[in-house]
Amino acid sequence: MKLAQVIGTVTATAKHPGYLGHKLMIVQPVDSAGLALGESQLAIDTVQAGPGDTVLVLREGTGVRQILEEGTPPIRSLIVGIVDEVTSG
Amino acid sequence: MSPQKEDAVYLGEVIGTCVATMKAPGMEGLRMLVVQPLDEHGNPTGTRHIACDAVQAGPGDRVYLVGSREAALAFDPSFVPIDAAIVGIVDSVDLDRREGDV
Repeated sequence: MKLAQVIGTVTATAKHPGYLGHKLMIVQPVDSAGLALGESQLAIDTVQAGPGDTVLVLREGTGVRQILEEGTPPIRSLIVGIVDEVTSG
Repeated sequence: MSPQKEDAVYLGEVIGTCVATMKAPGMEGLRMLVVQPLDEHGNPTGTRHIACDAVQAGPGDRVYLVGSREAALAFDPSFVPIDAAIVGIVDSVDLDRREGDV
């Protein structure tokens, strides 16, 4: 899983049925100190995260399908946790 | 270009169409579009590529895509040998106001 910060949301009316009812967030990958790493990407929210939150992003399709339990949606990125604190040496 | 971005779900803009007569089995009938990946501000990032359309998008539309193996799942149950699929047409992108503030 990657650490990332939620920086925005995306809304869409026309979408694949696998995305219906899900909230799509823009997440910026960050390092353990909170500094941006690379380019932003999108992820479906499963934990009621909001803009400004540091989150854990799962980027692996099999795990996504296990969590969503909705058959085989074409989803690869999922926010699976809101980070309280990161300590690294 | 970050290869990581196109392994995930990402924003893009449809800038053209692509037609191929000779295709791998399983790709018959798929609509192929040329896509420019975008960052959260709508600026181009990375290289243009071809993606298959699952939501009737067209040139000029801002869309989001899924890459890698999950792209094939957009056309489930048929098996399609593709690595990028357009799965949503973007109505709006809302950025956290704190971002970019001085």
